[in-house]
Amino acid sequence: MRFYEYESKEIVRRAGIPISKGGFATTADEARTRAEEVAGPVVIKSQVLTGGRMKAGGVQFADAPEEAARHAQDILELEINGHMPRGVLVDGRVDVAQEYYAGVVWDGLRKQPVMLFSDMGGIDIEEVAETHPDHVGRAHFSNVLPFGDYQAKEVIASVGVTGRALTRLTPILTRLAKLFVERDMTLAEINPLAQLADGSFVAVDAHMEMENEARGRQKALLADLGVGDEETREAREATEFEIAGEAVDAQDHRGVAGNVTEFDGNLGLVIGAGGGSLTLFDAVRAHGGKPANYCEIGGNPSVAKACGLAKLVLSKPGVDKIAVMMSIVSNTRVDIVARGVIKACVELGHDPAEKIAIFRIPGAWEEEGFKILERYGVPYADRTVSLNEAARRAAEEVGPSPTVQERPEAEPPHQNAGPEAPRR
Amino acid sequence: MSILVDAGTTFIVQGITGREAVNLTRECLDYGAGARIVGGVTPGRLGRDVHGVPVFDTVAQAVEHHGGPIDGSVVTVPPAFTKDAVIEAVASGVKLVVIVTERIPRADVAQMVEFAAMHDARIIGPNCLGIIVPDVVKMGGIGGPAKDAAKAYAPGSIGVMSRSGGMTTEISSTLTAAGLGQSTAVSIGGDAIIGSSYAELMPLFAADGQTEAIVIYTEPGGRMEAQLAQWVADHGDPLPIVAFMAGRFMDEMPGMSFGHAGTIVEGKEDTATEKIARLAGAGIVVAERIEEIPDLVRSKISERAAT
Repeated sequence: MRFYEYESKEIVRRAGIPISKGGFATTADEARTRAEEVAGPVVIKSQVLTGGRMKAGGVQFADAPEEAARHAQDILELEINGHMPRGVLVDGRVDVAQEYYAGVVWDGLRKQPVMLFSDMGGIDIEEVAETHPDHVGRAHFSNVLPFGDYQAKEVIASVGVTGRALTRLTPILTRLAKLFVERDMTLAEINPLAQLADGSFVAVDAHMEMENEARGRQKALLADLGVGDEETREAREATEFEIAGEAVDAQDHRGVAGNVTEFDGNLGLVIGAGGGSLTLFDAVRAHGGKPANYCEIGGNPSVAKACGLAKLVLSKPGVDKIAVMMSIVSNTRVDIVARGVIKACVELGHDPAEKIAIFRIPGAWEEEGFKILERYGVPYADRTVSLNEAARRAAEEVGPSPTVQERPEAEPPHQNAGPEAPRR
Repeated sequence: MSILVDAGTTFIVQGITGREAVNLTRECLDYGAGARIVGGVTPGRLGRDVHGVPVFDTVAQAVEHHGGPIDGSVVTVPPAFTKDAVIEAVASGVKLVVIVTERIPRADVAQMVEFAAMHDARIIGPNCLGIIVPDVVKMGGIGGPAKDAAKAYAPGSIGVMSRSGGMTTEISSTLTAAGLGQSTAVSIGGDAIIGSSYAELMPLFAADGQTEAIVIYTEPGGRMEAQLAQWVADHGDPLPIVAFMAGRFMDEMPGMSFGHAGTIVEGKEDTATEKIARLAGAGIVVAERIEEIPDLVRSKISERAAT
């Protein structure tokens, strides 16, 4: 989960790292007040979760509060890469002698955090790593032993920084390492970390990303920052449909029927689990199908939950039919999902045999599940039909988006897929 | 032979009194020769039993009751308590920990993994379904109830590793239907940091006389596939590998999360396209569809036999 710059700087400040003076504003008036508080030249920065704001005109400079307010007015109305700003950050301009970079990220293969440091701050660290690899220091650190100042010193010294700069940077890097671990970050970056004319250091810009799985235990911090539970902070914010999907998943604690993502096709998908959903979504598209959504079911959800998810997908405007498909299940029960999706159709006044393009979930309790499906005339398939073939049938059954074609020559869908699954 | 576990492996189930853990215990006891589950742990439940397995408050009590070291543990406790449970098991001498629990923050996983490495123990998972040696033993929920597991898995010579628990079974079932059994199938877990990656399990499969080929299921996100490609190049390509890559659509949607926690495209190295190229560069065949896998495996094996 990505934080805005103003939130990131607050996180940095709370970790005991000095930041440049300034504050967040959501109106031109507030921006004027922030500029008055700074009492000097300021920079007004758009608060958006996307890059390229400088180029887009989302960063402006002002010498007086009135000018700051005018710039803030413009920036607050400026869309950048499809994102409207949350507000502006009005920061005092600092007299920079030298820009540094300090960051911590995970190394998934080493399974340890790695600290990155450079004396070429202010630009993208990947660019520095490519053009001046000797100016990027790296140091992995232990998950078990406490981070030591010596590790900060080693990484600072590795790019040739010494003297007062080294001793003053050391506690900043140590605090950043601790922040990364204690706040469950996946990225903690200060860039630029500026050395001022008087030799002191301040964080001018920061970029923090927190792991979604840790949001629960970081609740207090998130509440302080005003981050709501509904804010996913993904590449785009959740749609109403997606938020409704979360509500379905939250209705009881049994199993999963969530991670809904909205697309604009005509084939509703009730699919699972993690890997099965990814495989099926690819397969539907490969066969020319137009998914209306992505989702995941698994972990043995209740009938109510499976029903809720199916209803949500069936009610989405433009959805002609749904396909209910999963990789072979061992924990989730086939009969429960079957009951849930049939219930959804019936309660919405649809004929399940008409609305369900295909039901392909083999595995635990499949005999019971298939019996129910047969009773309602829902076309189903067992494990002898591959995920790919099931997706092909679903795509063919629903027809091209947006209007369903009549295909009288099509094979009757109400049939079992083939012979019994082979047994040893 | 098999890797990681065999008929003699003793293990405990931590969190054994939870609903899913009770089922998992039944499944493991029923499958193959019957797993040697020597105890279960749920704090405060000493003296109970789950399907005849005695329950203890601590792992140390289970070890004492067993009268010697216990080989493994299946951990199914809630995410907030998992780190402590795993460290407890490792500190009590357990050498193989299967972590079923999902949604554990990365910092906790990294800590457990590093602690395990310091004690010469191995972690499989988290967010995984465990390990199965067809017709012999299963450790974890992999394959589900014994009768369902028996439908999908058959003994044979193919090693299976998968970032998705469900797809471990889907792929194994496809192999079984085509007459290709499995030596061992491992659900390695879907998180960004896991105890054992493909490359970290490859030496075990390479040393296993029964395994003739490997099938992996993979997804966008992370660098584990690049690591496997590197391992293959560094070790003279000891076993033919066939891969299946799901989530190709995600390449068009960087920054969005689908599927497992580890499945998010953050950089250009994370994409399906990039991974497929890397795997192919190391001579690993990437199947377009799961139903192609058996034929690809067969032709890879006969290619090797001919040279």
